[in-house]
Amino acid sequence: MNVALSTPVADTARPKLEVQKLDAWFGNVHAVKDISLGVDARSVLAIIGPSGCGKSTFVRCLNRMHELTPGARSEGRVLLDGEDVYAVDPVYLRRRVGMVFQRPNVFPTMSIRDNVVAGLRLNRVRADYEAIVERTLTQTALWDEVKDRLDASAIALSGGQQQRLCIARALAVEPEVLLMDEPASALDPIATAKIEELIDELKQQYTIVIVTHNMQQAIRISDKTAFFYMGVLIEHGTTQQLFTRPERRETEDYVTGKFG
Amino acid sequence: MNMAMTNVAAGQYAIPRRVGSHRARAVTNGVMTGLCAAAVALALVPLFSVLWLVVSKGIHSLSLSFFTKLPAPVGELGGGVGNAIVGTLFMVGLASCIGLPLGVGAGIFLAERGDGKLGHVVRFTAEVLAGVPSIVVGVVAYGLIVLPMRHFSAMAGAVALAILMIPTLARATEEMIRLVPRSLREASLALGVPAWRTSLSVVLRTALGGLINAALLAIARAAGETAPLLFTALNNQYWNLHPLQPTASLTVQIYNYAISPYEDWHDKAWGAALCLLILIGGLSLIARLAAGRRSQA
Amino acid sequence: MASGADTPRHAHLGDRAFAAGITLLGGAVLLVVGIIVVACARLSAPAFAKLGFFRFLTGSDWNPVEDSFGALPFIYGTLVTSAIAIVVAMPVAIGLALFLTEMSPSRVRRFVSFFVEILAAIPSVVFGLWGLMVLVPILRDVVEPALQHRLGFLPLFQGAPMGIGFLPAGIVLAIMILPTIASVTIEVLRTMPAALREGALALGATRWEAIGAVVLPYARRGIMGAVILGLARALGETMAVTMLIGNQPEIHGSLFAAGYSLPSVIANEFAEASGAVHTGALAGLALVLFGVTLMLSASARLLVRLSARRLVAA
Repeated sequence: MNVALSTPVADTARPKLEVQKLDAWFGNVHAVKDISLGVDARSVLAIIGPSGCGKSTFVRCLNRMHELTPGARSEGRVLLDGEDVYAVDPVYLRRRVGMVFQRPNVFPTMSIRDNVVAGLRLNRVRADYEAIVERTLTQTALWDEVKDRLDASAIALSGGQQQRLCIARALAVEPEVLLMDEPASALDPIATAKIEELIDELKQQYTIVIVTHNMQQAIRISDKTAFFYMGVLIEHGTTQQLFTRPERRETEDYVTGKFG
Repeated sequence: MNMAMTNVAAGQYAIPRRVGSHRARAVTNGVMTGLCAAAVALALVPLFSVLWLVVSKGIHSLSLSFFTKLPAPVGELGGGVGNAIVGTLFMVGLASCIGLPLGVGAGIFLAERGDGKLGHVVRFTAEVLAGVPSIVVGVVAYGLIVLPMRHFSAMAGAVALAILMIPTLARATEEMIRLVPRSLREASLALGVPAWRTSLSVVLRTALGGLINAALLAIARAAGETAPLLFTALNNQYWNLHPLQPTASLTVQIYNYAISPYEDWHDKAWGAALCLLILIGGLSLIARLAAGRRSQA
Repeated sequence: MASGADTPRHAHLGDRAFAAGITLLGGAVLLVVGIIVVACARLSAPAFAKLGFFRFLTGSDWNPVEDSFGALPFIYGTLVTSAIAIVVAMPVAIGLALFLTEMSPSRVRRFVSFFVEILAAIPSVVFGLWGLMVLVPILRDVVEPALQHRLGFLPLFQGAPMGIGFLPAGIVLAIMILPTIASVTIEVLRTMPAALREGALALGATRWEAIGAVVLPYARRGIMGAVILGLARALGETMAVTMLIGNQPEIHGSLFAAGYSLPSVIANEFAEASGAVHTGALAGLALVLFGVTLMLSASARLLVRLSARRLVAA
């Protein structure tokens, strides 16, 4: 941090998250091939590409969730603020790099309130839970909808509400980076719009990497976009440039809907 | 079946070779279906007969004193099976203290780390152990506890019941834990919760309804065991809550009453059987409710 | 992170302790088998030392007063009652399973499954009571005289109808193992892909022909496993048999005669066994019983698994 203060230029130049030559496998399947890219602090990177192109595997490598799958392994480096995440404790890492999954996965035995603070309570963090519940639910625009029934079971909520609750739950741990694996794919258009608004708000504070199969969504919410195809990073640039003036033929074919 | 069509098909392609007469085929089908339905009826006749007789014959014996009094000697009116009810509950309680942690623990092992070689061996062993006769387990408890202590005791009976609980409980626990969606585990891990705490506080917590269901069924089964108690807990004409003393149980009491030549003891056997079925039925009912609550969650 | 949170060291210690703890508990299952073998073997050692294993197994004299012990009458009684049980229960259980999986609407299936579960939950001693008070009088007064009248020329149905003996023990055993065979058979039939059955039906087979041509052949090994599991249960079943078989250590060809079974003699004599050899002989019977049921359950489980695997592959 002291370094950053004395050399502000270097700070903005260094990405929050830097991936270097990352490879990942499931058993013998080489799912992610030699990927290098950086994500700036407080920006949104969208990852697009056809199904099975390694998008999800890639983000799961960033908080080391990938290695929990039986038979999975990875090689290469992922730097968070210059520190290799594969050198730190994965449990700690995941508190700094939060994740929201494709389908809402609220804890069914817990109330709405307990779901929000689950990460804190399960990690035995003492804090002002009430304040955190209100803050994160307000951030995720859920507060007004649920403030009168915080003790109700979380599974009574609608799918869109559950997904925003999952985001609130991830935010309560105060991560620096938020990974989102197609967070709106199981939701209806209205709920999707709310999530997108939310992402726009969140990037003021957080660094966000979002996987999406919806190109319109990538255009609406992201600053930069990376296009993956068959485990390879084909193109990476600002969202506007990638969708309007793609450099690679494959990218152009994909964003214009010729395949995928 | 559409007979006309199969007829044509048979003529043209000769697929159903043994076509024969369609009437014969339909009749065979009908007869066999009827026989299978009859098998269902035949299987249920003894069940209803048992339930009906236990209720209709046992109900006369039931009274407050039947639940609270000690057994009366032959020929004397009154008396009850109070000490046997308490003895059964006591021993099943003791057995649960030993068997539930071991059985559930082994089940957690099978679910969490059961994909390795040791896991397969343990799983297979549990399956096979479930088929070991309960009388053999009684002999084991005798050798382990009664013989060294030179004393029949509730503890010996409880150890036998506990051993009987472990294998079924282990398999049921594993199944319940494996029903918990992987996504919940991932949600917790992604919050930076250590794996062990995820297992305990999220996965087990979510499977709790199912675990309670499995535990209650194991307890109900243990309450119905007789053979392993005959020469471990033996019997006792009096109240006993000392773990190192012989103890009465409902099942052994039913046995003793049933094989006696006295009519009034036979009545008491039916009464005690009704008590036992109420106990087991009650436990199973609560188990079902617990499972129902889980499936709603 | 705020204070109080797990440090990484804590987390790793916790993970390791948790893994060690549950592995220990899993290993306890293996330990239980070891304890069973050791306890039975130690108890039975005096008897084997005095009598010799082979002589013990084949001897037919059981006389505690003279310390003479032969297991044959009990082995015989166990086999006869279990055979009756299998012969009676197998067709009924398989018919029931076929009806529930292949022929009935799901409402009937749930209803009947519920009652089969109850049947499985009724304690052995209650079946014994029912057998003594209900089944024995019916057999003695109605069934056995009728069998004798019609089929009395067979050695199976000779001798005075007493009600008590191999026949009632076998019949009650059949009732008790029926849920085991039925539920495992249902489990096996459920793993069968619907496409196979529908394939046969689409060729114009009747429902029964589809069962005969496709369902049974594919589930054969699994059903075999179910029957063996039932057999293992019948061999070890104690109370109901003890109450019904008559408890005479004799070998008779007639089903009407009284006999004895392995579990029954242990149940009756163990508590009052006179001396280490008598106790040892009874523990030796328990060891034989354990060995046989262990092998049967193991082979049954393997068969059920093989059957499931083959079905999945198909």
